[in-house]
Amino acid sequence: MRWLLGKDLLILRRSRLLVALLIVYPVAIALLIGFAISASPSKPRVAIVDQTPPGETITLGGTRIGLAEYTDELFSQVHVVRVPTRAAAASRVASGDVLAAIVIPPDIVSKISSGVNQAHVEVIYNGDALKQSFVRSTINSTLAQANLALSEQIKSVAVRDIDLLLAGGQLGVLGSSQNIIGLSHISPALSGVARRQPPGRDRATLVRVAGFAAFAARNLGIAKNVLTTVSQPIAVNSTLLRGKRTPLDTYAVVVAVSISLMFICVLLAAGGIALEREEHAISRLLRGLISREGLLAEKALLAAGCAFVVAFAMLLGVSAFVTLDLSRVGMWVVALGFAALGFAALGIAIGALAREVRAASLLAFLLSLPLAFLALVPSGSVAGGLYDVIGVVSFVFPYKAALQALDTAVNGASPSIGISIAHLVGLTLLFGVLARLGLHRAD
Amino acid sequence: MSVPSGVGGAPSKPVLRVEGLGKRYGSRHALRDVSFAVQAGELVAVIGPNGAGKTTLLSILAGVQPPSAGTVNRAAGEIGWVPQRPALYSKLSVVENLRLFARLEKVSDPEAVLGRMLDQTGLADRADERVDRLSGGNRQRVNVALGLLADPPVIVLDEPSSSLDPGQRERLWLFIGELAARGTSVVFSTHIVGEAERYAQRVVVLDEGNLLFAGSPEELARAGDGDGDFEQAFVSFLRKRESAYPEGTT
Repeated sequence: MRWLLGKDLLILRRSRLLVALLIVYPVAIALLIGFAISASPSKPRVAIVDQTPPGETITLGGTRIGLAEYTDELFSQVHVVRVPTRAAAASRVASGDVLAAIVIPPDIVSKISSGVNQAHVEVIYNGDALKQSFVRSTINSTLAQANLALSEQIKSVAVRDIDLLLAGGQLGVLGSSQNIIGLSHISPALSGVARRQPPGRDRATLVRVAGFAAFAARNLGIAKNVLTTVSQPIAVNSTLLRGKRTPLDTYAVVVAVSISLMFICVLLAAGGIALEREEHAISRLLRGLISREGLLAEKALLAAGCAFVVAFAMLLGVSAFVTLDLSRVGMWVVALGFAALGFAALGIAIGALAREVRAASLLAFLLSLPLAFLALVPSGSVAGGLYDVIGVVSFVFPYKAALQALDTAVNGASPSIGISIAHLVGLTLLFGVLARLGLHRAD
Repeated sequence: MSVPSGVGGAPSKPVLRVEGLGKRYGSRHALRDVSFAVQAGELVAVIGPNGAGKTTLLSILAGVQPPSAGTVNRAAGEIGWVPQRPALYSKLSVVENLRLFARLEKVSDPEAVLGRMLDQTGLADRADERVDRLSGGNRQRVNVALGLLADPPVIVLDEPSSSLDPGQRERLWLFIGELAARGTSVVFSTHIVGEAERYAQRVVVLDEGNLLFAGSPEELARAGDGDGDFEQAFVSFLRKRESAYPEGTT
């Protein structure tokens, strides 16, 4: 076997373009996917037509809220392109210069202040179904954030006014200040006065008004809590069932490295077996010079070894830019080793079934890329039945198990790596058997 | 062209004996009860129409695939194998190919064998040239040399001249004749019936997996009544057999 290994390494050394492609292509694909996963989307360019008079304020009770509270929040979510008119905004959208336009009408303040009419902003957008969906979700989210900020402002003012009504204090009205009694103080005051009144109709009336004041104070106190709840009805408390929370950037590293490992392993193993057949050397080899199992094992070990070196180097290289826990290097080796063997077994199975290098490479490529994407589909993002099918497909190919093993090794995503390793061992044996059957069929 | 004849002489104990060889692929019989023997230094041609079972017979002799029935008195490792298409690594040089297979064949002194094979094949001056830069004829020479690395008493060649031009073909047969002259038994298949007449001492005719004839080219010419033309005699022989044994019978 060592002579064949030496021969294959010599051939690889002489196939510099192939080796370069085998390393550069998967690494480039992996980095693109990793970047797509980890990079937060840039702010979309949105045209804003603000038709409100400058310095406009919303008056709520006796308090003024600047409209800037609303627009600042709105503008923080997007890259603002200010345009003077609705027509100019529509033109920018039509030309594709901006993703969408938001028109804030001049009457927005009066409508919010009225407390009766709902205020509206207009959204103008364009494009195909995909773009329309993106605009709707982006703008709706942006407006929801701005609405939330405004309602927080309104709630704060309302709560402050309720406190003043309950406890009393200085109330500013039309530039002058007045000290008012709080609702909670009315009932004790009236009760004191009533006790000093002789029994009769006046005293009974005072007692009744004092009782109402106490009732109103209690219920106004509850209203404060209701306002807080209504302004943000649901708050989020997160519970992670297994392992520890994985940062998105280190998960992206794991995805990138596992994809590189898969591509190099599968392509090299499949190509290695197919090359023996294409060179017609397989008949000479299999007449007693090496067993079928030995030949398959040699190709699998060569592919796994080369891919392991590249993937390990990638992890070490990335650790210069992304914080990885280097005390887990031993786990990296275990995960990369078993994952490489799983992918290599898949590769030799493909190589044994295909009759030539081009067919083997194409089959390896066509199979590998969708497998990676399927394994990355999160549960709940597709229909239940479809997710089950994706789950089965991901289970019978080594990518998902490799991803989980590597995620555990690098990020400690799961408490134990054992299940993923056992899964990879099972798949290595399964594809090893398929490769052996494929080699027998092709004799 | 004069090709060195085999060691010849009185028939001795055969170096290769094939008895009752059969091969089935499912319900299809590729070979049926084929028996013959080969003497030391003898050149034996296996001829027949397409699908006759020539390649199946030779690949069983070489140990590439097992027979369904029958025996071969030598292990595959004792028989050199030269497949129809050169089984070489095109990115390796001539000497690297020879060295690799010498090591895989567990030849006791690979470097000595390399020198001998390069001399025999006349490729010593191109030893370091990559195989994908060689002509078809030189590639076939290396292919034959790989079959001879372990110095086997018998070498089996599957249509060795099929992809060569006339000049390359002549040089190849000269080389094979020299092998036989040194005592190596040679069994080869060919589509070019004239090669069997010119170079073989014995001819084995197969058709649809059945052994129809085993004897000298002269005997086959007489059996076919070709009026002096060996190829015509061969075709005539097959037609006679077909009329005597209609399709499906033997």
